[in-house]
Amino acid sequence: MANLKEIVKKGEMLAPGHRACAGCTFPVIIRQVLAASDTPVVCGAATGCMEVTTTIFPFTAWKTPFIHSAFENVAASISGVESAYRSLKRQGKYDKEVKFIAFGGDGGTYDIGLQSLSGAMERGHNMLYVCYNNEAYMNTGVQRSSATPLGADTTTSPAGKVKPGKAQMRKDLTEIMAAHHIPYVAQGSPSHWNDLVTKAQKALAVEGPAFMNVLMPCRLGWAFQPQFGMQIARDAVNACYWPLYEVEDGKYRITVTPKEKMPIAEFLQKETKFRHLFRPGNEQIIEAIQAEIDTRWETLLKRAEMGC
Amino acid sequence: MAKLTEIRWHGRGGQGAKTAALLFGEAVLGQGKHMQAFPEYGPERMGAPVQSFNRISDEPITLHCHVTSPQIVVVLDPTLIGTVDITHGLPDDGIIVINTDQPASKFREQLHLNGQKLYTVDASTISRETIGRDIPNTPMMGALVKATGILNFEEMIADTKGKLEKKFRSKPEVIEGNLKAIQRAYDEVKSE
Amino acid sequence: MKQINPDVCAAYPITPATEIMQIFASYVADGLVDTELVAVESEHSAMSASIGAAAAGARSMTATSSQGLALMWEMLYIAAGLRLPIVMPMVNRALSAPINIHCDHSDSMGTRDSGWIQINSENAQEVYDNIIQAVRIAEHPDIQLPAMVTYDGFIISHAMEPVDTYETEQVRKFIGPYKPMYSLLDIDHPITVGAIDLTDYYFEHRRALAEPTFHVLDVAEQVAADFEREFGRKYGIFELYKMDDAEVAIVVLGSTAGTAKVVIDGLRQNGVKAGMVKVRMFRPFPYKQIAEVLSSTKAVAVLDRSDGLAGMGGPVFGEVRSALYDSAKRPITANYIYGLGGRDITLAHIKSVYDDLLAIAKSGKLPEKLFSYLGVRE
Repeated sequence: MANLKEIVKKGEMLAPGHRACAGCTFPVIIRQVLAASDTPVVCGAATGCMEVTTTIFPFTAWKTPFIHSAFENVAASISGVESAYRSLKRQGKYDKEVKFIAFGGDGGTYDIGLQSLSGAMERGHNMLYVCYNNEAYMNTGVQRSSATPLGADTTTSPAGKVKPGKAQMRKDLTEIMAAHHIPYVAQGSPSHWNDLVTKAQKALAVEGPAFMNVLMPCRLGWAFQPQFGMQIARDAVNACYWPLYEVEDGKYRITVTPKEKMPIAEFLQKETKFRHLFRPGNEQIIEAIQAEIDTRWETLLKRAEMGC
Repeated sequence: MAKLTEIRWHGRGGQGAKTAALLFGEAVLGQGKHMQAFPEYGPERMGAPVQSFNRISDEPITLHCHVTSPQIVVVLDPTLIGTVDITHGLPDDGIIVINTDQPASKFREQLHLNGQKLYTVDASTISRETIGRDIPNTPMMGALVKATGILNFEEMIADTKGKLEKKFRSKPEVIEGNLKAIQRAYDEVKSE
Repeated sequence: MKQINPDVCAAYPITPATEIMQIFASYVADGLVDTELVAVESEHSAMSASIGAAAAGARSMTATSSQGLALMWEMLYIAAGLRLPIVMPMVNRALSAPINIHCDHSDSMGTRDSGWIQINSENAQEVYDNIIQAVRIAEHPDIQLPAMVTYDGFIISHAMEPVDTYETEQVRKFIGPYKPMYSLLDIDHPITVGAIDLTDYYFEHRRALAEPTFHVLDVAEQVAADFEREFGRKYGIFELYKMDDAEVAIVVLGSTAGTAKVVIDGLRQNGVKAGMVKVRMFRPFPYKQIAEVLSSTKAVAVLDRSDGLAGMGGPVFGEVRSALYDSAKRPITANYIYGLGGRDITLAHIKSVYDDLLAIAKSGKLPEKLFSYLGVRE
């Protein structure tokens, strides 16, 4: 459990004044994740909203050492930093304790970054990878990613006269990471700060790779008023659209169970990218989305129950 | 340029033709001469015909082109004769050494020789009897040296012994076996 | 590499560079080096991890060839832009398509604008000596740029040749401990590496990147002088072979130079004033020095082991011609593209080039074609 008083005492590791949109939720995620560590951290980010808005030369918002090199390789880059750390420590050339966190958007993680993420996790580097998932390539103007849900209207999967938005279900990257059998995998949301910080603490404490997939409502791409970011994240959790769970050494645990499951249509209505789904003729898409959510939720419940 | 000797080895993938050239190259180095040893590369499969090469000189060798006119040809697998033109580029005073239990006369006709000297040695049997496996490349070194006089045999044996002792300290039978193999091939290689 | 003992080596295998990684991995497995070996899942990740490690203050090395170099292309530019002195043995192999595993220089030529220092080797001894010197050049406080040491695939990489090695302590003393310009692990002084530049800063940063390239050749010569003092072998920007009074000469990179030496010796015995400039430092390009060395010749042939498909000959030809443009006295130049995909270049081929040069020198006229292909079936 995270202690708010302790966290507040630590001070912010991300300076204000960066250029993220008003109402953007990734700064919240960064600050929550960094607050979870008592040990100094070195961070990396893939090319994307986070990197571009926090490191505009000659300014940087990062109070931790930070590296960005390219789009598809933050996992590989940070694995290099972590390897240098292990080498220098082993040779007695370095004696501090440091942890390593790689941040990537769903673009740089689910798609082009999947290879380097998988490689780094498989090699067992002692690092945490946090995917901030806003469900599309937001930095470059809302193009679809494999994290984009079924039916979403994006610039490369537009809802037009003939096609009703993205034709594929979202990829379940969290499960792919669980299938790598790494010590810790979790899904989180900035709306549930205690859950997220606790998970980040656990993730940073494991010896070996850890992965966290965090839903990141994007006010531009999801089109909501800046003050509603946390509310939308909370709704996503309550609709079981983004279940909050963890897989610790292969054992599944649901960490937040909604008191009342919100029907997905209610959730979808809040985002303009699904607006077209409410036109007559598209009901089956909403049904398909609900069905996917229900199936995944049921499966999670079963896994948690079985303790596997 | 100082006298340059070029050797081409013929074998099948998996028989150690590449290793043969490398081993021989090491022996050459051991006698203070200059050498190159290299295989020909392609998408080899086990059993496919392969070639490897040596260059030997008393002076540094700067050539890096292919060996196209070797003075010496060594054939580790006699079944290649007829499939591969093993005499390609060999001058009239060239030397051929074949690993076979058959007499040289058997090959002379097939090969359409033009005066080249032909030697045979049953390296496979020798290696089976001394090392316990059919690895003709080690004994072939002995046969090659006898047939061509290209290296000092005693020095080569001593050098090989030293190298084997370093590598197989705990396996004296391997050292003995290899040295016997080279000696026997040296003694048994026949010219015709 | 074993003697250099880098802190980190992140590498991915590719023919004909694979053996480098395999043999080095056996050293790691036997505890003969302190290196952290990262068996990454692609060459792109190899350079990415090398960049991460170097940015964290570790001496980093990797090795690759051909398609692997091509796959890490964007990261090469990033390594140079971030001023990380990564040293990389790079085995020259032809680029696809068609796929071919044999030697030509298309891979390293394709990266010549990346900001990497390029040092070319003729034979195994030079590879060894060049890698040792590359560490000193790359890490020099006035330079701080990554460096690749190239050598011909299969011809050199898979051939056994004698190499004189030096004592490990001597090598380590020569390269010295690594003093990184910056480090992510200096957590008391956190830095951001790889920030985004808008139109107001990018140009200045790239201009700053050009600055060390103007000093690389001087530093390379200083390091070569130190190397000669320490180890007894002489190196320079070029190797000049019988150039003092040469009237006809070739410019060449890599192992072909060795074969050419045999041709030149033969020609000289027949009274032909033939010579050769073997380019060792290709990037940055020694345009002043090459103009100086060639200006007194009558005819020069540039041998390119790659085709830039620019319609005007190979990359080395373009650079040599450009270097000669301002010389008051300059030779007539011809270009031969040869050896693509490992096609053998023979003594006869090289002799034919000199025959052409002698004819050109005699006639004083430009060759009929700007460039031609040597050793191909047209």
